[in-house]
Amino acid sequence: MSEFEPVIGLEVHLALSTKSKMFCGCPAETFGSAPNTHTCPVCLGLPGSLPTINRAAFDKALMFALALGCSVPERTQFHRKNYFYPDAPKNYQISQYDHPVGEHGFIELGGRRVGVTRCHVEEDAGRSQHPLYAPYSLVDLNRAGAPLLEMVTEPDLRTPEEAREFLNKVRAIARALGVSDANPEEGKLRADVNVSVRRPGAPFGTKVEVKNLNSFRSVQRALEFEIKRQSRILADSGSVRQDTLGWDEGGQKTYLMRTKEGEADYRYFPDPDLPPVRIDAAWLERLRADTPELPDAKEARYVGLGVRADTAALLAYDTELSSFFDRTLKTSGGNAQAVANWLGGDVTGYLNANGLTLETSKLTPEHLARLVDLVERGTISGKVAKELLPDVIGGASPEALVRVRGLEQVTDASALGSVVDAVLAENPKLVDEAKANPKAVNALLGRVIKSTGGKAKPELVRELIVQKLG
Amino acid sequence: MREALARAEAAEGLGAFITLVPEALEKARTLDVRRAAGETLGPLAGVPVAVKDNLCTAGVLTTAGSKSLTGFVPPYSATVVERLEAAGAIVIGKTNLDEFGMGSSNENSAFGPARNPHNPDFVPGGSSGGSAAAVAAGITPLALGTDTGGSVRQPASFTGVLGFKPTYGALSRYGVIAFASSLEQVGVLARSTRDLELALSVMFGHDPHDATSLASPPDLTGAHGDLTGVRVGKVRELCGDGNSEGVLGALARTEATLKALGATVGEVSLPHAPYGTAAYYLVAPAEASSNLARFDGMVYSYRSGEDRLGQAEVMRRSRGESFGPEVRRRILTGTYALSAGYYDAYYGKALKVRRLIAGDMARAFTSYDLLLTPTAPTAAYRLSEKGDPLAVYMGDVDTVLANLAGVPAVSVPAGTAEEGLPCGMQFMAPALQDARLLRVAGALEAAAGKSFAPVAADFL
Ligand SMILES: [Zn+2]
Repeated sequence: MSEFEPVIGLEVHLALSTKSKMFCGCPAETFGSAPNTHTCPVCLGLPGSLPTINRAAFDKALMFALALGCSVPERTQFHRKNYFYPDAPKNYQISQYDHPVGEHGFIELGGRRVGVTRCHVEEDAGRSQHPLYAPYSLVDLNRAGAPLLEMVTEPDLRTPEEAREFLNKVRAIARALGVSDANPEEGKLRADVNVSVRRPGAPFGTKVEVKNLNSFRSVQRALEFEIKRQSRILADSGSVRQDTLGWDEGGQKTYLMRTKEGEADYRYFPDPDLPPVRIDAAWLERLRADTPELPDAKEARYVGLGVRADTAALLAYDTELSSFFDRTLKTSGGNAQAVANWLGGDVTGYLNANGLTLETSKLTPEHLARLVDLVERGTISGKVAKELLPDVIGGASPEALVRVRGLEQVTDASALGSVVDAVLAENPKLVDEAKANPKAVNALLGRVIKSTGGKAKPELVRELIVQKLG
Repeated sequence: MREALARAEAAEGLGAFITLVPEALEKARTLDVRRAAGETLGPLAGVPVAVKDNLCTAGVLTTAGSKSLTGFVPPYSATVVERLEAAGAIVIGKTNLDEFGMGSSNENSAFGPARNPHNPDFVPGGSSGGSAAAVAAGITPLALGTDTGGSVRQPASFTGVLGFKPTYGALSRYGVIAFASSLEQVGVLARSTRDLELALSVMFGHDPHDATSLASPPDLTGAHGDLTGVRVGKVRELCGDGNSEGVLGALARTEATLKALGATVGEVSLPHAPYGTAAYYLVAPAEASSNLARFDGMVYSYRSGEDRLGQAEVMRRSRGESFGPEVRRRILTGTYALSAGYYDAYYGKALKVRRLIAGDMARAFTSYDLLLTPTAPTAAYRLSEKGDPLAVYMGDVDTVLANLAGVPAVSVPAGTAEEGLPCGMQFMAPALQDARLLRVAGALEAAAGKSFAPVAADFL
């Protein structure tokens, strides 16, 4: 079946992280609120109510489109997408059609450009619930009217893994720009996939669309499933139908939602309640100036600072980590690689193990910088630093900890010299062994360090022992 | 106030009101107390007004003349109603209309027809028929209507009062139950130019809740003065054969008066005017098909059938049972006009005609200050006289132009036509030049004296 090559395109919905909804003053963030508690005449679609444009949502959508290298039109417009469903209180969705905020952008993935066909702004629908065995359904309109950005890609992706990587990248960009939390678990990033298979070099095959994908993992699984299914059909000389499918998370398989014939005619037309929006050069200039550094640029900058490539990527694609990293560097005298190692390694490890995040922990960039500096300057050993980490993450100052607990390494050769002399005198047998076999020096070294309470700097002790053994 | 309510009750046979607001009396008393206490009250303090029932009024049933909204009590008032009330006006009732404003005779109301106070066997026009009847019968000096294709001006013409449709965007549409959003404006019916101006001046002004509301409203400072040197262009395509004898007679009288008042009257062509009605009857239903989609029986509108039928069937039945035939006809027309494969041929073409008409007008306004046409080709007709919807549509030929072009227009009483029934003349001005219309209406009112907009008393 490997004779077939998949062709994949994505439709990604990002919930824009604004204070208020797209066309009214209700809060946009309603995750976890009681049903229908964040609504008003506008988002309920009551008769006589009218939408007004949330400029902040527009700013975020434009910033995202610009970051993807999209061309932005001078005039953009909202259209109505007409369909009857109870989670759309007006029975139409205010969306964009032939004048979206951005077109013809791209995202770099593994040194290759994945084309972004368009980005447009629209309002979200409410949420329908169908209680099991109940003769009714329920609708929660808290989400109705929340601002969304929809991004459609070209059919440029070739493997399920690539699709997943692409989504990771979209999330990183959205978070770096502050346009969306892009968190699939809270429905802040939702993806539909279009997938077909073909023999390499052949024209595109018939594609199907798969919806209801709640996580990046589901995206990958659904793609894997569909690629197998379609390849089997084609291998048996059958033909794939252009259907819309759903993803059954429990059964890990796709199912038919509707056929092409069952597709609605949305009767798009310009929304007469919302005049076209003019986007002038000054607006774009302001947005460009306000655009934070993107993950790719960050990665390059970190590598330039001497951070290893894999660590640089790890930090750059996590907004929280990279922001913390940058703030730590500002106050640290140590090298970037050391800070990066601590942050990407032990700090992250401890936080994960303890169900914490940088935000919920009490770790400050200053404290992390001090901890790294103490090790770099030789004041404490790496081992001691690791032991201090939980307290530092708990909010303690590393310098205070070192002082109070008397953890400074003994680095004074004359002070150490007498300890070394005493140990050598007490252990003549070990001295003989060490003289015969340089590896046996370690046994003496351990005893010296032990008798200093762990504060002696091992390299110095080793030097002294070797010196005294002649 | 007591008198207005009493007159409204006495005139029940007119069918002008769907709902009366008895609390108006209490409000009037409160105002009297404040006045007695020496408080300065608003410019419309204590003035009773009638409000078309497709304008939301907080706490007062608002039906839009439809069975679909027989239970809808909005939690908010339309911005225009709020502003009238802030100026001291008191809403005494919600007036009858063609369902959702779709009609020109007020016969398409789920609450029965309204009648013409000058002769109850005749229609008052529509869709703001109830508002026109209330003003013509002297129940209130002012009424609000909405004008999507002539729905304020044509009933004003049929009942012998003033009907004003401002520049698109001059009055907020927030709280107007939408029929065709790109065409409609709130309008005012009155018996005097002074009342008209007062009402407009308190309601004008940007509304942040309406994205199509103008940033700054038309300037009304030029609303007074004589007509010396004012250039009036009679629209050739609309001032000929298509009109009744009586209407043509009224047009000739108006022309003579205008000249006597110092205006010059010439003839001007709007070559695309004859296509206006066709364009209107595509654009308006297209927008309506989407605007009315929300009346689906799910939350506040009429609901039919049982839950077990499922959401789609409950929606289908609720809509089928609650919309009248004209509303259903327009939703179907509009849905068709927007459908894939037909959009360009219908909706797209209609938008093109709309631009051409606006272009015609812009050209005409380079040579004329005002354009003149009859408000409608005939005076009022008898109830049930026009069975063919197309015949009714053709009666909108004069008024739809101003809506398509977004310019202001007024219908001014011009005496009587057939059967002693009133008829009006329409003036149109360039966008934002609403003051010119008040000026010509004021001059004609002064020239006509007491016979300008007489109260119809026969109905009692
Ligand atoms: Zn809201």
